[in-house]
Amino acid sequence: MEFPENLKYSKEHEWTRVESNRAIIGITDFAQDELGEIVFIDLPAAGTNVEAMETFGTIESVKTVSDLFSSVSGQIVEVNSALEDEPEFINNDPYGDGWIMIVEMSDPNQLDDLLNSSEYQNYIEEEKQGD
Amino acid sequence: MSDSAEIGVSDLKLREPLIFERGAPARQAFSLPECDVPQQPLAKLLPEALLRKDIEGFPEVSEVEVVRHFTRISQWNFGVDYGFYPLGSCTMKYNPKLNEEAASISGFSKAHPYQPQHLSQGLLQLMHELESDLCEISGMDRASLQPAAGAHGELTGLMLIQAYHRARGENRGKVILPDSSHGTNPASSSLCGYQAVEVTSGHNGCVEPEKVAEIMDENVAAMMLTNPNTLGLFEERILDIARIVHEKGGLLYCDGANLNALMGIARPGDMGFDVIQFNLHKTFSTPHGGGGPGAGPVGIKEELSPFLPVPVVIKEGEDYTLSYDLPQSIGKVRSFYGNIGVMIKAYAYIRSMGPEGLKEASEAALINANYIMTRLQGRYHKPYDKYCMHEFVLTDKLQNKHGVQTLDIAKRLMDYGYHPPTIYFPIIVKGAMMIEPTETETREDLDLFIEAMLRIADEAENDPEIVKSAPHKTLVSRLDEARAARKPNLRWRPSG
Repeated sequence: MEFPENLKYSKEHEWTRVESNRAIIGITDFAQDELGEIVFIDLPAAGTNVEAMETFGTIESVKTVSDLFSSVSGQIVEVNSALEDEPEFINNDPYGDGWIMIVEMSDPNQLDDLLNSSEYQNYIEEEKQGD
Repeated sequence: MSDSAEIGVSDLKLREPLIFERGAPARQAFSLPECDVPQQPLAKLLPEALLRKDIEGFPEVSEVEVVRHFTRISQWNFGVDYGFYPLGSCTMKYNPKLNEEAASISGFSKAHPYQPQHLSQGLLQLMHELESDLCEISGMDRASLQPAAGAHGELTGLMLIQAYHRARGENRGKVILPDSSHGTNPASSSLCGYQAVEVTSGHNGCVEPEKVAEIMDENVAAMMLTNPNTLGLFEERILDIARIVHEKGGLLYCDGANLNALMGIARPGDMGFDVIQFNLHKTFSTPHGGGGPGAGPVGIKEELSPFLPVPVVIKEGEDYTLSYDLPQSIGKVRSFYGNIGVMIKAYAYIRSMGPEGLKEASEAALINANYIMTRLQGRYHKPYDKYCMHEFVLTDKLQNKHGVQTLDIAKRLMDYGYHPPTIYFPIIVKGAMMIEPTETETREDLDLFIEAMLRIADEAENDPEIVKSAPHKTLVSRLDEARAARKPNLRWRPSG
């Protein structure tokens, strides 16, 4: 399982890649593995405002339905519409073709609340022990 | 008990194509006597617009082909008349044939909804008595029998709550529900125009009143709660929760899906619940599924009675009548009076069991669940270390280290002749398997199921592949569920 060093991670299992003032967001390799085969993703329209740590959509796998939480606040400038027909991109390439949305950040300081790769890996180890 | 002949299935089931794929042109399953009136072409008898010209590919089959076709596919089915069906949360109890007998009495089965009331006294009396029986069992004051299913009952109950607040000049916007709730709870809340607000369960699997107090305010119309909850645990602090909700003017809604744990033992109405829906197909042994019909009556406390759906059955002297005289009613929620046939079956069950019988049924359901749970703990991870009510949750944590997951265990159970339990629900437990035996099963059948589960635990350690590739004995093996959801093929088309 991979957790690239250049990404930020949330405890809700989203990854964030920063490009100037924009945050590209998806779900982590761990999250897609836990969910199993993803069959549907319900995404907001571009132009919608999202708040950090609030739900912005849902993702459905053969096992379950989960909420998606934004890592940062801001306005969605683009969503990955290819996922409508090919939600399996998230399983096959969570950090690449499986990206979910791009947010124009209103408060880039929120990035400081996110975890780095090794902190996130420690967090999911703790979660595994917990249940 | 360890003789492999004693558990599992190994029977002959025959493959069968679609009826459309059987037959041959001009083959037929009927022969009619010669026509004794002059024959006319259809086009002369009917307007052209009514004639369908493109009927093709209709099955042309013999009688024996039809009979074999439906007999074979009926054998692919799995029902509680066929085997143990421990589908948690669904209460797949046996449906006594006496219920069917009662519902088929001609005075019931041939009644017409427009029949005059003085000729429908028996049915109206049955409805009136069923309402009072449900109230007695649940500790409520009144009930409406109209809603056509459990979720419909939830929606009706929330509409009553909404009408109650509005009549008091309040327009509350939120409903609180725990993160372990049935998915229908937030769905019904949203459909009724409420915002669903989630309260996280505590480490013991129960709702903590302190957390409810944090989010409870004057904008909360109601809190929805299942007791026992979906983990099969009794909400021990229900009285505190009820007090907190009532203090801010909210009402407490009981999702009655788990009432099978409580009959004759405890009453939601006595715990502070103001509204409850009854899933007659769970607790009161009416048939599940098959496209219905269902019934989800709603029980309420007196203060909500002005808002009941109309008509209500009232008794005046010795006469039963349908009354529409409820000016504040939320209106009708179902055509006519609800699904009468289901009500008759539930009534037959309640009356044939009697108060003691219902209590024994609930007690047996609790004992059966605790028996299985106690014998499986240790071999399967049990997330909450408590006695359970009528159902319990195990997880795949111990099997995960061999690469075996809940889905695999569920599929493997089919090889042993069991319907799998509910899996991956409640969603707050990772890899959940939710097992509900009901009171239906004998000790021997419980032991055989336990034996199968223990054997699967052994297999997961010693031969995980056989579990991961299960089922092996069914007509079709592991299906591609992801492809079925992503690219559903919803219509058969003739090939070539």
